[in-house]
Amino acid sequence: MIARLLGIAALVAGVAAFPAVAGAYPVKLLQEILIWGIFAMSLDLLMGYAGMVSFGHSAFFGIGAYVAAFALKQTPHLLSALVLPALVTAVAALIIGFCSIRTSGVYFIMLTLAFSQMFFAYAFQAAWLGAEDGVFGVPRPRLLGLDLANPTAFHLYLVALAGLAVLVLWRIVGSPFGHVLRGIHENEGRMEAVGYAVQRYKLVAFVTAGTVGGMAGALYTQLNLTISPDAFYWTTSGEALLMVIIGGTGTLWGSLLGAAAFILLQSLVSSYTERWMLILGLTFILFVLFAPGGMVGALRGRVGRRA
Amino acid sequence: MTPTAPLLLIEGLTRYFGALSALNGVSLNIAPRDRRALIGPNGAGKTTLFNLITGHLAPSAGRILFDGDVITGLPVHAVARRGMSRSFQRTNLFPKLRVLENLRLAAAADGRGSYDVFGRIERYPAPLDRARAVAEMVGLVERLTEVVGSLSYGEQRQLEVGVALATSPKLLLLDEPTAGMSPEETQRMTRMLEGLPREVTLLIIEHDMDVVSSLADRVTVLHYGEVLAEGTFDEVKQDPRVFEVYLGGAG
Repeated sequence: MIARLLGIAALVAGVAAFPAVAGAYPVKLLQEILIWGIFAMSLDLLMGYAGMVSFGHSAFFGIGAYVAAFALKQTPHLLSALVLPALVTAVAALIIGFCSIRTSGVYFIMLTLAFSQMFFAYAFQAAWLGAEDGVFGVPRPRLLGLDLANPTAFHLYLVALAGLAVLVLWRIVGSPFGHVLRGIHENEGRMEAVGYAVQRYKLVAFVTAGTVGGMAGALYTQLNLTISPDAFYWTTSGEALLMVIIGGTGTLWGSLLGAAAFILLQSLVSSYTERWMLILGLTFILFVLFAPGGMVGALRGRVGRRA
Repeated sequence: MTPTAPLLLIEGLTRYFGALSALNGVSLNIAPRDRRALIGPNGAGKTTLFNLITGHLAPSAGRILFDGDVITGLPVHAVARRGMSRSFQRTNLFPKLRVLENLRLAAAADGRGSYDVFGRIERYPAPLDRARAVAEMVGLVERLTEVVGSLSYGEQRQLEVGVALATSPKLLLLDEPTAGMSPEETQRMTRMLEGLPREVTLLIIEHDMDVVSSLADRVTVLHYGEVLAEGTFDEVKQDPRVFEVYLGGAG
């Protein structure tokens, strides 16, 4: 236990101190890993714990990203950077969730995909959203007198928020609520039969995952200072899905590993060949065939995930 | 002497599947502490009756009162919350979870703390205590940390009843708890059910007449979706109609 805590502390310290020893490009990669890690973890809450495989998680990423972009251009404040994006995504997740949680399996996948593609189509055409070019020149917020335009401050801000996301999600999956989600995943019908209002729990899970996903999108805008309709595109959902599966579904930290593997592989392979998607696809196939428990499953030395 | 108010009162319950009537004007009155067996040949409508009582199916006509309130039309979880619980004919558990967690989830279903998103499980000792107590009742106390998938079939059937029992129901509906069990396992299950607290009212679908005779105070015979006879096991056994359609037919 102590060894584990020390290990985590060392990891956090290393991640936080990374800019001191690395150049701009590796730092940017690390920051992308943190943001995509948050996004993938939020999807894992839905997929790995509640058993709701969504192919429309990009809707929340995009909403968070666009809300942050517009709000920050108005006032570069913490409210614009995080609070407002979180609130708007929560409302959107409530509406989308309300319409889709009654379905399951492939219907749920199609419905969530359709919602996210609707957002993409709209953002792609709406002039006030910058249409296909998106939004440029977003300023970074000021936080308690700290200007996050400063790269070191921004890095620490990202590390702190990623740490917070891990902590919050970790508490959620270990809570009575998290256990209810696992029960729903295992046997929805029996959960109903013993008295759980299953739809309500699913909706809470969907809104929680959507909100955290929206925060990831908001951070993505703050990292790149620009956002385009691609944030809404189905590939955003698909990539998060790959990260979760490569890392190991239902493990949370597997999603972080998966995000790291995905982004490192992408940057490494794409510097040699434009066909990096091919390599990525092969990696994915190998994982599904030989390590269905993902990286975490492989690290634990077993096939499948721990019950 | 005034008769006690029924715990479960069913009036003229009818259910069609298309043109086929699976249940036709069934009325049933089950008093608190009653142990009632529901018997009848295959296709008599026993499981359909259960599905109507628990809200898994909506009736075509008729109504159901539980503890004095009409429950017809309520969703499954709402019916369960009122103090009714059922086991299933086909084992219906949480296969990848441990025995203790199967029981704890059921015991925690009254909702207290189930929406707690940050707390620890240990913060709510009542469901854990209930889970352990039920494990004792159904004879799984030594298997608490096993995953359901690694239990024997008989043990899974015990857990099936245990999960239903863990919600502390006033009325327990058991759909063929001994289905597919060996004679020894059936005996163990029967003893276990006999040992249940008397406050738990029992309605049980059962094919094994030894189980019925040793467990049930009264027996209701269902045939082609209608109540054919009702009485003590001996009364029902001697009813020539019952003999003809059910006991005779079953050999």
